[in-house]
Amino acid sequence: MSASPSFSPLTGEPRVRPFASTPSRTLRRYDRLAFGLSVVSGLIILALLAGILYQLVFLSVPALQRFGFGFLTSTEWDPVHEQFGALPFLYGTLVSSAVALLIATPFGIGTALFLTEMAPKNVRDIIAFVVDMLAAIPSVVYGLWGIFVLAPFIQEDLSPVLQKYLGFLPLFQGRNDGVSMLTAGIILAIMVVPFITAISREVLLTAPADLKAASLALGATKWETIWKVVLPYSRIGIGGGIVLALGRALGETMAVTMVIGNMPEISASLLRPGHSMAAVIANEFREADSAIYLSALVAVGLVLFVVALVINLAARLLLWRMRGVAKN
Amino acid sequence: MNWNCVKLNLTAATAALLISGCGQPGGPVPVNADGAGGASDSLMGGGSSFVYPVMNRWTSDYNKKTGVQVNYQSLGSSGGVKQFTVKTLDFGATDAPMNEEQLAEVKEPVLHIPVVMGAVAVTYNIAGLKAPLTLSGPLIADIYQGKIKKWNDPAIVALNSGVALPDADIVSVRRADGSGTTFIFADFLAKTSPEWEKNIGVGNSLEWPADSIGGKGNEGVSAQVQRQANSIGYVELVYALEAKLPVAAIINQAQKPVLPSVESVTAAAAELTTVPEDLRMSITNATGDGAYPMAGITWVVARETMDDASKAAALKQFFTYILSDESQAKANELKYSKLPEKLLTPAREKVAQIKGKP
Repeated sequence: MSASPSFSPLTGEPRVRPFASTPSRTLRRYDRLAFGLSVVSGLIILALLAGILYQLVFLSVPALQRFGFGFLTSTEWDPVHEQFGALPFLYGTLVSSAVALLIATPFGIGTALFLTEMAPKNVRDIIAFVVDMLAAIPSVVYGLWGIFVLAPFIQEDLSPVLQKYLGFLPLFQGRNDGVSMLTAGIILAIMVVPFITAISREVLLTAPADLKAASLALGATKWETIWKVVLPYSRIGIGGGIVLALGRALGETMAVTMVIGNMPEISASLLRPGHSMAAVIANEFREADSAIYLSALVAVGLVLFVVALVINLAARLLLWRMRGVAKN
Repeated sequence: MNWNCVKLNLTAATAALLISGCGQPGGPVPVNADGAGGASDSLMGGGSSFVYPVMNRWTSDYNKKTGVQVNYQSLGSSGGVKQFTVKTLDFGATDAPMNEEQLAEVKEPVLHIPVVMGAVAVTYNIAGLKAPLTLSGPLIADIYQGKIKKWNDPAIVALNSGVALPDADIVSVRRADGSGTTFIFADFLAKTSPEWEKNIGVGNSLEWPADSIGGKGNEGVSAQVQRQANSIGYVELVYALEAKLPVAAIINQAQKPVLPSVESVTAAAAELTTVPEDLRMSITNATGDGAYPMAGITWVVARETMDDASKAAALKQFFTYILSDESQAKANELKYSKLPEKLLTPAREKVAQIKGKP
C-alpha cells in the first residue's frame, strides 16, 4: 500500500515529497491516465457542442433559406399559411430576461452583502439556506404559483398602482390580464436571485479583511467600506454571477410559458402578454405537422443558441476588460 | 441466441421479463396467453394525447386478458404520425387524418380506423351567470377575432334573451401549444365563418388575430378561464366535464342550440349521410337536430401490409378488441363518445384488411 500515491485532500494533486528525486513509475502512469481522461472529457464536451450546433444549423436550413434574414425581422408567425418570423419571440426572451436582471441584481447583491457583512452567524446560515432552496424549486411550481398568486396580484394590485403613478410611460400602458411580460420578468427574477446571491457571497467573502480593517481605521463608515472597498474588489466575480443568472433566464421555459401569455406580439408595454423563444419551441414542437414548420422551430432554437452565446461572450469580454483595468 | 430465448422463456420466473425481450422484430414468435400462435405479444403505438386515457385503459385490460403488451405513448398526434411513418411505432393515433403529403411519405397504403370521438367545449367565466350561454360559430369567430369586444354585445344578447350579460371586456383564452383541440375548434369556425376561413384558417396552431391569452394544455386554458373574470376559452369536453366547468350550447347546422355531451357527439356522427371510403372525414358542423357541431374523430393509423406477419396478427386482434362493444362502452364511461354503428361497421372492415407480408 505504501507504493500507492497519496493526494493532497485540499487540492487533489499528488503530494510531492520535497526530497524525492523523481515521481515513481506508478505515479507517472496515473498521471498520464488522469491527463488522458481529462483531455477526453474536455473533447467530448467540445464535440457535443459542435454536434448540437451542426444539427441546429442543418435542420433550420429549409426555414432560413425560405425566409432569409426576414426570419429575424418578421413579426408574423402563422403556422396555417406557413409564414414564420421569430422577432416577437426574440424580443420576448430579451425583454423578460432584462426585466428579471433589473430586479434580481440589486436584490441578489443586497442579500449577499447582508449575509457576508451584516447578518449574525445563525441568521446568516438560515437565510443562505433558504436562498439556495429557491434554486431547487422546480420551474413548473414557480409557474403554478405565478398563475394563481402572482398574476392576480399584478392584475389587481400592482398594475393599477403602476398605471396611476407611471402610466405616462409607454411601459405601463394598456390592459393587464395578469399574465404579461412583467409577470414573466418577476418570476424569472425570483428564479435567478439565488445564482447572483450564491456567487456574490463567495466573492464578497474573498475581500481581504485587512483592506476592510484599514478602511474602517481611516474613519470610513461600514457603508463606505462596502461601497468603496468591498464592492470594487468583488465586482468582476459579481458580474460573473449576473451572467450566469442571465443564461438561466434566457433559457427558462416552463415557468415563463405559464405566465407570459404566449402572444407573439411586440408591445412597448410590460403589462401586455408576450412570448419567448424557449416557450414557442416547447409549445409547438409536438404538433408541428409540416417540414417547414418544424424547421422554423429549430431555427428559433438556433437563434436562442446564438443569442446565449453572444451574450456570454460579450459579458466575458467585458469582465476581461474590467480585470485588465483593475490590474492597472 | 434464439434457442436460448425460447428455452429460458419456459422458466416461469423469468417469463414475464423475457416475453417483451423476445417479442422484438426478428426474434422468435412466442405463443401468447390465448394460445393463438403466430401473433406477436408486444406492440408499440403512440400519438394523440387526447385518446391516451382511454387507450391506457384498453391496453391494460387487454394485457390482463391476453398477456399481450401494448405500449402506447402520448406523443401528440403529429409525433405519432411521424414515428409511425419511420416505423418506430407499429401504429399511430391521431386527431386529424393524415394529409396527402404525410400519406405520400409512408409510400405504402395506410388505413385510417376511427376508434373514438370527442368534442371541444366552449367554457366561460361570468360571475353570477346560471343559465348556460348559447353561442354560434360566427359569434365565437368574431369574439376570437376581436370584433365582438363586450359580453353585452347585441349579437350575444340576441342569442341569449333573458340572460343578464355584463358590460365587460371579453378576455379570450386559447391553447398556446399545438393541439387537435385547436384544430377541431378552428375547423368548425372556418365552416361557419367565411372570414375565419379566409383570414385564419385551420390548423393545430394558428396565428391568433386579436389579443388573447395562450394557456398550455387544457389545464392551462381552464386555469386562466377560472382565474380571469369575464373570460372565454375552449377545452376538450372530457376535461370540461371532469372539471365541472360551465359550457356553452352551440348553434348547429340545423339552427338548434346543443350542449356538448357524450351523447350529442355520437349523434353528430350517427346522422352522417355519406361516409368516405377511406374514413378520413370531419364531423364538425354535422347535420342533424341533436348533433353537437364541434366534434372530432380520433383514428388509429396502420399500414395495410405490415413487414412482420406476427405483428399484423397482433395488431388485428388488438384493434378488433378496441372496436368491440365492450371496449366502446368503456370509452363511454371515461366520457369519450363511442362510435355509432355507421362508423363501427366500416372501421371493423378496415381492421380485417390488415395483413402481413407473405
